[in-house]
Amino acid sequence: MKGLKSRISRKPINPAKVLKSVMDEEAGGTVLFIGTIRNRTEGKKVKGLEYEVYRKMAKREIAKLEEEIRKRWPIKSIRMVHREGKLKVGEVSIVVAVSAEHRGEAFDAARYAIDRIKESFPIWKREKFSGGRKVWAKGIPIRSIPAPPRPASESDASPREIEPRHRRSLVEA
Amino acid sequence: MIYLAQAREAAGTKNEEFILEDKSTVLTALSRALAAHPKLRRLEKSIKVAINEEIMQEDTQLQQGDRVAVLPPVVGG
Repeated sequence: MKGLKSRISRKPINPAKVLKSVMDEEAGGTVLFIGTIRNRTEGKKVKGLEYEVYRKMAKREIAKLEEEIRKRWPIKSIRMVHREGKLKVGEVSIVVAVSAEHRGEAFDAARYAIDRIKESFPIWKREKFSGGRKVWAKGIPIRSIPAPPRPASESDASPREIEPRHRRSLVEA
Repeated sequence: MIYLAQAREAAGTKNEEFILEDKSTVLTALSRALAAHPKLRRLEKSIKVAINEEIMQEDTQLQQGDRVAVLPPVVGG
């Protein structure tokens, strides 16, 4: 693990830095996905947009997703960085970088990561159209990785296995 | 309650506190929010609720001090 961690960023993302943070001498394949702000949506010209993030929950979802991906694919390293705040057309909104021994796992894990980010991260976007009109983009009901259900009441509580803590390196201080 | 994005706009506030009876559930809290802020109703079907940053079912019982967040449909990436 080098330097930069997966996170929500209020500042512009530098894809080269994210890429560098996953490069690994044991990796034979590294995939970098860069999401950028399109100039059109449903035929309408977009001037820019604003991302709103429920940061506290997003941090947990990032850690859960990293953990899930590491369980599913034997990757070397993964970083996911998503922007928050106001962005212009062409700016980078998301970067996913994955390194693995072979390209197959790197592609699969990166594809899975971006697909899951879209449905499981508590992020909303408000697009700004010419004329200054701002509209919340249509989304999908959030599908995050479920937490174990709570016992109905204290008296029903039975001893449960304590959830393994996320790897220290994945949790932002 | 914590209201995010469209829910924050519909409620006209970011945060508010509700005092609920014992054994109240996610649904109880959501009903209170909808009653207090009728504009939230247009989001009702697509809303998900998180307790302490984890999505929970509507029948989940709340505990004192829980942070209950109202999340409209998401659109990251």
